Amino acid sequence: MSSFRTTSGGLIDRSKPLAFTFDGRSYSGFQGDTLASALLANGVRVLGRSFKYHRPRGVWGAWFDDPNAIFDVTLNGVTIPNCPATTTPLIDGMQARAVNAFPSAKHDIKGLLDRFHALMPAGFYYKTFIWPNWHLFEGMIRNMAGLGRLDGELIKGYQSAQHHDRCDLLVVGGGGAGLAAARAAAEAGQNVLLIDDHPELGGGLFRRALPVEGQAPADWITDQQSAILAAGGRILTNTTAFGVFDHNMVGLAQDHGFAIAPSLWRIRARRILMATGALERPITFANNDRPGVMGLDGALEYLARYGVAAGREIALLSNNGFANTARPLLENAGCKVQLLDARQGPTTARGKILRAVDHNGQRIPSDTLLVSGGRTPVVHLWRHAGGKLDWDETISAFVPGKAPQNMNAAGAANGTYDLNDALHEARALALGTPAPAPKTPMQIPLLQPDTDSKARQWIDLQHDVTLKDIKLAARENYASVEHLKRYTTLGMASDQGKTANMAGLAAMAQLQGQSIPETGTTTFRPPFVPVPLELYHGARRGQLFNPLKRLPLENHHRNAGAALGEYGGWLRPSWYTDTSAEIRMARASVGLLDASPLGKIEVMGPDAEKFLNFIYYNTIATLKPGHIRYGFMLTEGGIVFDDGVVARLDRNRFVVSCSSSHVAAVAAHLESWRQDGHDPDRVFIHDTTANWATITLTGPKAPTVIQALELGVNPANFPHMTWQAGRFNNTPLRVSRVSFTGDASFEITLPVTQAGAFWGAAHTLAQQQGGGPIGIEAVSVMRAEKGFIIIGKDTDGETMPHDLGFAIPRLKKTAAFVGDRSLHSDTANRPDRRQLVGLSSNTLLPTGAHLVAGKRSIGTVTSSYHSPTLNQPIALALLDNGAARHGENVTVWHMDSETPATVTAPCFLDPLGDRLHA
Amino acid sequence: MQQFPCPFCGLRDEREFHFAGEAGKTRPDTTKQISAQDWAAYLYNHQNPKGETREVWIHTPCAEAFILKRDTLTMAVLGSEQLRKDAP
Repeated sequence: MSSFRTTSGGLIDRSKPLAFTFDGRSYSGFQGDTLASALLANGVRVLGRSFKYHRPRGVWGAWFDDPNAIFDVTLNGVTIPNCPATTTPLIDGMQARAVNAFPSAKHDIKGLLDRFHALMPAGFYYKTFIWPNWHLFEGMIRNMAGLGRLDGELIKGYQSAQHHDRCDLLVVGGGGAGLAAARAAAEAGQNVLLIDDHPELGGGLFRRALPVEGQAPADWITDQQSAILAAGGRILTNTTAFGVFDHNMVGLAQDHGFAIAPSLWRIRARRILMATGALERPITFANNDRPGVMGLDGALEYLARYGVAAGREIALLSNNGFANTARPLLENAGCKVQLLDARQGPTTARGKILRAVDHNGQRIPSDTLLVSGGRTPVVHLWRHAGGKLDWDETISAFVPGKAPQNMNAAGAANGTYDLNDALHEARALALGTPAPAPKTPMQIPLLQPDTDSKARQWIDLQHDVTLKDIKLAARENYASVEHLKRYTTLGMASDQGKTANMAGLAAMAQLQGQSIPETGTTTFRPPFVPVPLELYHGARRGQLFNPLKRLPLENHHRNAGAALGEYGGWLRPSWYTDTSAEIRMARASVGLLDASPLGKIEVMGPDAEKFLNFIYYNTIATLKPGHIRYGFMLTEGGIVFDDGVVARLDRNRFVVSCSSSHVAAVAAHLESWRQDGHDPDRVFIHDTTANWATITLTGPKAPTVIQALELGVNPANFPHMTWQAGRFNNTPLRVSRVSFTGDASFEITLPVTQAGAFWGAAHTLAQQQGGGPIGIEAVSVMRAEKGFIIIGKDTDGETMPHDLGFAIPRLKKTAAFVGDRSLHSDTANRPDRRQLVGLSSNTLLPTGAHLVAGKRSIGTVTSSYHSPTLNQPIALALLDNGAARHGENVTVWHMDSETPATVTAPCFLDPLGDRLHA
Repeated sequence: MQQFPCPFCGLRDEREFHFAGEAGKTRPDTTKQISAQDWAAYLYNHQNPKGETREVWIHTPCAEAFILKRDTLTMAVLGSEQLRKDAP
């Protein structure tokens, strides 16, 4: 019991006691405490166990830089894993449990692992578990990996709000510099947003505990806050800027309390001022990880914010002047303080929980060792934005160098540690005037670790990286910082090396005989602190994750009992009764299909014919008005991109009917060629897919229904691949004689306002003929019976039109078209190209199965169904040189079983087209 | 999230745009003989400059293609212009 609650002081509310437990024991704290400060106030020394060796650990810092105290916290039945104890505000009734420790942080049965540390140097994992087989060890290692435990329960209402906003000046950090800058800018009329991650503004001013421009810190802070708000500035507390992204977009995570999802703010800031302060830098010495060793700034934060003194007998090891100003603050709180000069050594921490410090040949009894090895400016956002860092010799730190566009740094984040200098600098930057030269330069010498020492000296506290591991990495030539990081896992823990990285760099520089800037830093990546994935997720879940396109007739389908499913982004009827029954019905009488998602892109203008002749593989120039042609669009690489029919409405007007799932891509493809390669004033493209419904009648009774609908078209004089204009309810419509089923089919395209009435009329008439509605699944089987392909299913990224049996335009078309030259490449001319075939077999073949010759794949099954029409399995496949193999037997391999099949033409039904033209 | 200036609609988020290729590439006249090398160069050879680049992008909501000048290293946007040669 060494740390204790002071008799007065701090920002806590001592009239509001809060009860909580830690590792099963009961404690109490005050409103305004964090879990860490409340435990320190209760004299708790061991707050966690390290990741690898399970060494006992106290807290190092008082805020996000602490790597040690990580808890699973339960409140009102909700458990949040991996809460940093230092940033989790205490709430009455919280039950906290240290992660990575059983049964408790104080008595952890895996603490024995530390005895075997010599067997577990950096990289032991890579070297050890490779032989004889990683999978032997995988289960055990996965059990040991990770920190907190998920309870698997969803938290009701845990959804992050998403805000989008902008400002002239975003000030990140509400300490002295941030407050001064925000006030100056706001009073100059700028739209200012000031954010700070603490519940209250003030940053380091509390722990400094000295007057600010002649005022008590709390009064000065309140004055600035009022002035900023009065000038129209905005302030967000409990809010972290976790990343700077392209074009000055800053991601803010606004915390709302325990188990409540934080809000995401995407702020587009005209200018960003980084006033993020600096972190305490650790010192590398023997046993520097023992509970009781703490950063000086952390100790001062506990004192100033929470009224908690870190210990009674304090040794203060430092290389800089901050120790001198800290000493009276600690002494006033009732601590005994002895200053130690870190430039003299060696230093060794004594006791499993600190009892004494050996320093420079002397033993100093102490329960707490505060450490200050200089400061590390928090430059993460600067690096996210692409700014450079300079090494400042006088303060031995990386400071912001060449600035990213529209970004500045002020105060301690800029290496300006003197408060008055920082305030002047911040105000000047806020107003865009030159910053005055600092009046009070500070000298902080660089501390280099004793690399000859055999003692265990910690670099990364959470991941248990020691100086010995850095030496091993250097010896094995993982000397680049990025290699060092990955080999030793230095800086890869949940704190991302906020304290550890500089110590690691200093050690590597020393070992390599280099300077620190020569050694360099690793990459700084967002997020700055861990944020829940929910933050990015927000309302994009369920139907909103990828909103479905809905049919105008959806309610008609629901009323008809349809099972709806997603097809190419559309919610469509899969079936109404039973797919096989629907197929038999449609083949015998008439099927009614909602084909509304089918593309209807109008291409108009004096160059429309020329344009489409260029876009299509097939010749469009010879298509007469009133007629329809089936064709392919290719990529410039000659690969089939889309198939469908094109109808010529009149001389200068066409309708492109592309695949249902492909309309946006085809429209973009057409627009791209129209604007970049043609005269955009002579051809115009208009996607009318959403404005027109398409309803298909297919089957031998389809002409009867068309006749009965009295549309003003004559089915008896209506050849296949033509269209006619008609009317329904006085509304103009188009009837197209095309077929995707192999039976005589009519597609009726009409404005969506009439689609419901038309569907009702057609439904009634179809039923009178023994027919009815059919779903997409039925059509998928019927088109395969006929050997009609679906692009992307029966073709792949290498399929060219001549692989599908459409060879003539490749050989005869003289006009230029997209992909033309690629159809004559060496690859296109290969004799063993993968070509479309049918497969006949006694059993249903698995879709995706390979056709094999020995052990080599010579093709794949692309579509496979039981055909109710033929009462046999049918399949389509892509097969090497397939067109020449009709009649051959092939082996279909799937999941270690082999099935014989016979190669056929792709068309199983009505190869001569009697049904089609009936 | 980058922001690009559509010459017709103004500054918009990058997710509204679609990359359509490097600017200044001319399609060979395929009614004449084109060597495999020339065709491959047209299909596959890109400048990929480090620094300033001119690219064709399409602003999906208005469907207009335009030329975007930007810096691939700093991500700075240097301007945009209409694709039409006779643009005012």
